[in-house]
Amino acid sequence: MKFSDYYAALGVERGATQEEIKKAYRRLAQKYHPDVSKEPEAEARFKEVAEAYQTLKDPEKRAAYDELGKRPQGEEFRPPPDWTRQHAGGEGQFSFEDMDFADLFSRFGTRRGGGPFAGEAGGMPGQDFEIPVQISLEDAFRGTTLELQLQMPEYDESGRLRRVPRTVKARVAPGAVDGQRLRLPGKGGKGFNGGREGDLYLDITLKPHALYRATGHDLYVDLPLATWEAALGASVEVPTLAGPVSLKVPAGTASGRKLRLSGRGLPKPRGGAGDLFAVAQIVVPSQLSERERELYEGLRKVSDANPRGRFPEHA
Amino acid sequence: MSHETEVLWLDEQRVVSLEELVQVSGLTRTELLELVHCGALPVREERGASYFFAAQTISVARTACRLRDELELDVTGLGVALRLLDRVRGLEEEIARLRALLPRV
Repeated sequence: MKFSDYYAALGVERGATQEEIKKAYRRLAQKYHPDVSKEPEAEARFKEVAEAYQTLKDPEKRAAYDELGKRPQGEEFRPPPDWTRQHAGGEGQFSFEDMDFADLFSRFGTRRGGGPFAGEAGGMPGQDFEIPVQISLEDAFRGTTLELQLQMPEYDESGRLRRVPRTVKARVAPGAVDGQRLRLPGKGGKGFNGGREGDLYLDITLKPHALYRATGHDLYVDLPLATWEAALGASVEVPTLAGPVSLKVPAGTASGRKLRLSGRGLPKPRGGAGDLFAVAQIVVPSQLSERERELYEGLRKVSDANPRGRFPEHA
Repeated sequence: MSHETEVLWLDEQRVVSLEELVQVSGLTRTELLELVHCGALPVREERGASYFFAAQTISVARTACRLRDELELDVTGLGVALRLLDRVRGLEEEIARLRALLPRV
């Protein structure tokens, strides 16, 4: 396991008072709490801060942590046998292979017998977990089966916390949108001593798509049009997630006009579907042939169009 | 070996009871009721003395529980925080909708 410098995580001296530790935690928690923070790496930073505070706020855990001495952050580390015997309930065959540094301090109290939740009536429920999952727009459209490889902390019969690999398969029906949350009951951490299993929550986000922009169940796609298609109207092919469809572009379509293809967006879980909006973008050729130039010049001479008619007139 | 597991959508369609919200959110019944009364948790239906919520409220209540535990907020603070987070979410959705209108080219 790798050593964690809890004092550095909170930005306090090793001799800091409990009040100073609490203040440092509050300041950093407000800054990095993932529910409110937009700081980069906020979630990872908050985890470090919360883990450090969980140990340092408890004088007994803090004393045990201090006994491990001052070491560089991230140094490969094994607790001395005496420390393990005294604080972590280890006797001889104690293995650290599937433990995190923080797991060491979750063992407090177990050496007094009965596991970490001894005395809890009805056992202790398993921990809930919330994990982000990114899926493609195509998967959101057709539905997908996620196969999640997780490392779940679980207590064994003697109350030792272990990281156990677990695979969870979850069928996501068509219609997930950005920000959709899903609950997998009983797929979180194992309950201890008869407590119920925790739940697993999935926070779905959609991967950016080369063609479409999603907002809720609606999709937007750029529809490039030649100047004459926009002016005269045209029938054009538009790609949708279910295959191309024909769209009638009305004559006189301006750039930015939204043309709605009803029900061609993402499906809704209980029937129906969002819309696909084709947003007109008039594309002007960057180079003109001789003949094209002649035609545009001819158009300039005969047209009385005034695209800047709403600008104020200058004297 | 793992089997496909049951997936519940936390959306506006499915409805959960106050009791279910207590069980899965980590908040107490009293805390949840206070959040309801200050308008931070919208109620979908009232049947007699029972409250029912859209399933997406589970996410909101779990956020409230994390804020209570990790930022040491009381229920008044939670109510303010939840309303502000809801406003931020609404504004972010509006930005996403407006960005979707912008051409890529």
